[in-house]
Amino acid sequence: MTEAPVIELRDVYKSFGSNEVLKGVDLLVENDTSAVVMGGSGSGKSVLIKHIVGLLNPDKGQIIVNGKRVDQLVGDELDTVRLTIGYLFQSGALFDSMTVYENLDFFLERHSSDSESERAERIMETLSWVGLPEKRDEFPAQLSGGQKKRIALARAIIMEPEILLYDEPTTGLDPVSVRSVSELIVKLREEKGVTSVTITHDLLCAEIIADSIHFLHEGRFLTSGSLDEVRRYNHAAIATFFGN
Amino acid sequence: MSTTPVKDFLSDFGDLVRFMMRFFNRFWRRPFEGRELLRQMDEVGSKSFLLTSVTGLSIGIVMAMQSRGTLIRFGAEAVLPSMLALSIVKEIGPVITALVLAGRLGAGIGAEIGSMRVTEQIDALEVAALKPFHFLVVTRVLACMIMFPILTLWTDSIAMFGGYIESLIASGIDYRIFISTAFESLRFSDVIIDTGKTAIFGFIVAIVSCYLGFHVRGGTREVGQAAMRAVVGSSLLILLADVVIVRLSLLIFGDVGS
Repeated sequence: MTEAPVIELRDVYKSFGSNEVLKGVDLLVENDTSAVVMGGSGSGKSVLIKHIVGLLNPDKGQIIVNGKRVDQLVGDELDTVRLTIGYLFQSGALFDSMTVYENLDFFLERHSSDSESERAERIMETLSWVGLPEKRDEFPAQLSGGQKKRIALARAIIMEPEILLYDEPTTGLDPVSVRSVSELIVKLREEKGVTSVTITHDLLCAEIIADSIHFLHEGRFLTSGSLDEVRRYNHAAIATFFGN
Repeated sequence: MSTTPVKDFLSDFGDLVRFMMRFFNRFWRRPFEGRELLRQMDEVGSKSFLLTSVTGLSIGIVMAMQSRGTLIRFGAEAVLPSMLALSIVKEIGPVITALVLAGRLGAGIGAEIGSMRVTEQIDALEVAALKPFHFLVVTRVLACMIMFPILTLWTDSIAMFGGYIESLIASGIDYRIFISTAFESLRFSDVIIDTGKTAIFGFIVAIVSCYLGFHVRGGTREVGQAAMRAVVGSSLLILLADVVIVRLSLLIFGDVGS
């Protein structure tokens, strides 16, 4: 018997006004695997990932996470599913008015029954895990782009989610930071066994982290497979994207 | 495009009313963000303290200076404290305080929440099951509703003090006479209603600013526009609401001296 997929999108459609962004997307992500969604700008990658966590609802189709129809959930039921998902935003989305420590504690304080000292220990452990324990008292504005991503990653994993969604985790980073953030994502899967979906157009990042790559074009997946398989797929959009 | 400005206005107004309904539906439900409410009360209150003090002092002095000449011409200089108290407590104090606070807080709230929207911080709260509406909107609206009346009472007091200082310099009036004359024509209900109405002004400033910030789409330009619209929109709504409240209070409680 095969294990049910952790994330499943079935025939998902989404439009904004007259702009049809997703036109029948299907996606299966198995437990403990890393799926990467690639595609050109405006192909609907970010819209797709926002459906998985219920930030957007499809016009048609189903979004299933751990067997639950996210597109039909509201209120506390939706929150219960969301607590199993960590989300790394493209901009990091750290709270400007809070220090790094407060950014992490803000989540923990509201969702765990740990005492203050237990929370402090957990926060420092997580900051050490992303390699930035010394930044605990700094504000997001004092961090570099790569450091912001690492802190945002720390915040995404502080609740120990089963699933991680990465929206352009390496955008705007130099090649050294791209490699280090990508390796952190791999380490996260290896050590903590999380299932992930990553949106990226960064080939280096995709090469390091992907178990499978899904190429989105004009609201539909053109092809899926390994990086080489996708790269070899015969289509003008893929040739342009990869510079073949 | 077939949409007209009137249609757009009605659509925006409908959305704003729905946003208000959402507030009334949510503010009494968990989670109660007590610490954030206190932080917002401090943000609204202590950081507006100097601004409202200067506003009150200037209103009191200027009103006393402007009115004195006219009252002397009619031989009614003795009613100056009474006239100051009535006009400041019943109308000038509440409305000017609310408009000054709308300028400071409307722009601040609109820009802060708008920036959080475009930098995905609100989405980050949402996906972490942290109920951004409670954390960002409910706390700010309640903080404004609580702090506006307190700041108005403070502004009224400082304005009366300004009026007294002007009167002391101009006519050497004794403070006991000034106080007794000032308050003999005021009813307790005047103070309660006219100060209490600023809770509604606080609600207007916060809900309009939060609404505009929450619905920003785009980038920094749109954030700036939201801040500007928050000030203009809440100021206009304060003036309109004042007309309605004054009319209603006259109907219910009657005019001064009646």
